[in-house]
Amino acid sequence: MKAKKPKLAVFKLASCDGCQLSLLDCEDELLAVAGAVEIAYFLEATSRIVKGPYDLTLVEGSITTEHDAERLRLIRKQSKKLITIGACATAGGIQALRNFADVAEYARVVYARPDTLKTLATSTPVAAHVAVDYELRGCPVDKRQLLEVLNAFLNGRPPRIGSHSVCLDCKRKGTVCVMVAHGTPCLGPVTHSGCGALCPSYTRGCFGCFGPSASAHPAALRPALTQLGKTEAEVARLYATFNAAAPAFAAEHQSLAKRKEPTT
Amino acid sequence: MDIWLLPRARLGELIATLRARGYDVVAPTPRDGAIVYDTIESDADLPIGLGDEQSPGRYRMVARGDAAVFGYAVGPTSFKRNFHVPTERLYRVERVGGALRFVPEPVAARKVALLGARGCDLVALRSLDRVLQGDRYRDERYAARRSDVVLIAVHCGTPSASCFCTSMGTGPRASGPWDLALTELTTGQHRFIVETGSAMGLTLVRELGLRAAGTLDKIHAAKVPIAAAESITRRLETDALGARLAQNLDHPRFAKVAERCLACTNCTQVCPTCFCTTVEDHTELDGSAAERHRRWDSCFDLEFSYIHGGPVRPSVRARYRQWLTHKLSSWHEQFGSSGCVGCGRCITWCPAGIDITEEAREVGSPRKAEKTT
Ligand code: SF4
Ligand code: SF4
Ligand code: SF4
Repeated sequence: MKAKKPKLAVFKLASCDGCQLSLLDCEDELLAVAGAVEIAYFLEATSRIVKGPYDLTLVEGSITTEHDAERLRLIRKQSKKLITIGACATAGGIQALRNFADVAEYARVVYARPDTLKTLATSTPVAAHVAVDYELRGCPVDKRQLLEVLNAFLNGRPPRIGSHSVCLDCKRKGTVCVMVAHGTPCLGPVTHSGCGALCPSYTRGCFGCFGPSASAHPAALRPALTQLGKTEAEVARLYATFNAAAPAFAAEHQSLAKRKEPTT
Repeated sequence: MDIWLLPRARLGELIATLRARGYDVVAPTPRDGAIVYDTIESDADLPIGLGDEQSPGRYRMVARGDAAVFGYAVGPTSFKRNFHVPTERLYRVERVGGALRFVPEPVAARKVALLGARGCDLVALRSLDRVLQGDRYRDERYAARRSDVVLIAVHCGTPSASCFCTSMGTGPRASGPWDLALTELTTGQHRFIVETGSAMGLTLVRELGLRAAGTLDKIHAAKVPIAAAESITRRLETDALGARLAQNLDHPRFAKVAERCLACTNCTQVCPTCFCTTVEDHTELDGSAAERHRRWDSCFDLEFSYIHGGPVRPSVRARYRQWLTHKLSSWHEQFGSSGCVGCGRCITWCPAGIDITEEAREVGSPRKAEKTT
């Protein structure tokens, strides 16, 4: 057996900590993970810090400040394999709504002293700044998938994670389609698998937490959503959430936003 | 052939008899707003008084206003999930010392009675049989699950607006082989006219002690699928269809349908003859063991055609074309029949409402000169 355990590091950028919590939430399996790696940097779990380089690094969160961008470059330098976890790290997160608005204006409305703020105009995914070895989707990530990615990297094999639509998971499970049978608007047909088709199995439409599927084609879903009573503005809002800046979703809500604008 | 009378009040006895013989009775049952096929315990689980409204991209379970038991058209599930299961472990490999030990996953022995199978369902099952336990390839897991199955058909009296079995020659009358075939009559005394098609069917009829049906009932029963056929309006012209599609692989219609298609995979998953799977490997965290799993997959998924260097069918256009031409054209060469039985599931359960008969009609017609209007 290996003499030395691989060193695992978990870093956080602009994010809510939910994805890291998924790892702590692994309870039973967490002990096995802790046994297989040396937890070298994981502030959410322990204040003990072991210096890099790290064999496996998980990064949560997006880049919203120049300071974080610099930190990220240092993290990359110290990491053999870098995996991004969650919607913030893989698509910019909900904070990427700023990409479609005026950040200076936001700052003026929210803060008494906006001049003390140092922030970028955009929230961008980790892969926009450094090379990434694997991107795990979800808001938050699914703990089974997180374990699968860790397992795969520790065993030197590709993760067993599909990029298909949520619909395929609904059908494998035998869940009755909420859109076709109930008339409930659902983003499943354009959303990346990962949650195990959770919402439809509770007769709710999919919210798109895992971002666009590999073949996501939101424009083709638009007629179905509007037929079910959604206005175009409401359709745009469905995409302007956790994965608002993921290219396929951004293209859809932006193209709808353009249609709304009065022609002067 | 002998024909028997089963009063509605005694339908439960047929189910009980099958269960007493060790069969899991898989039958239509309402769940979450649709009529699905699942294991039932008694006739109370059947969709009593329920029907459906179907159109491209839309399904609603509705009250019929009577007490019919088989008064609906096929729903989102098909019988294939009982034999060609959606997800299963194939085997486990363990490290024992320096060697690897392969432990195949056993197939649980299960006797299944399919109650309420429509004509299209039965032809679909025969199609799957040909693919998965036919002459070229034999999936032992499928064959084991399929080895003790009682088929109780229902001659269809209630097609939906998505059905086109008349074009495909698969219904509404359920052609054999089946063990029993029922026709439901709701006018007058609610009853079923029962035909026997095998020794097993006859045994069931004897065990229930059914009386022979009267001449008038036989006539009423024979009319049910005929009236059903007349109510079907959806058509697919199958004459030389395979060849017509094969000649039009670069038809501009494929680009058009690709604009509407979500590549969501629903059509392939609800289709009773689609059989594609993917194989996934999983390891124990410490590397002491690995497992191989098989899951339903779809030609609409980008990764499905991934080989070294990239997917063979990167565009949705290419994937839709694969689906349409495999179902209606190359299936003939591969398996000697159409891959489509006209059940209409892919039409109803496509969130975009794409209609296979319409697409096939467009692609299979002589190309119009490019319009310049
Ligand atoms: S419920 Fe949503 S995700 Fe599931 S099959 Fe229907 S459209 Fe697809
Ligand atoms: S292709 Fe469509 S209509 Fe034909 S058998 Fe499959 S689901 Fe039914
Ligand atoms: S044809 Fe319909 S059901 Fe099939 S992949 Fe396209 S959108 Fe989905």
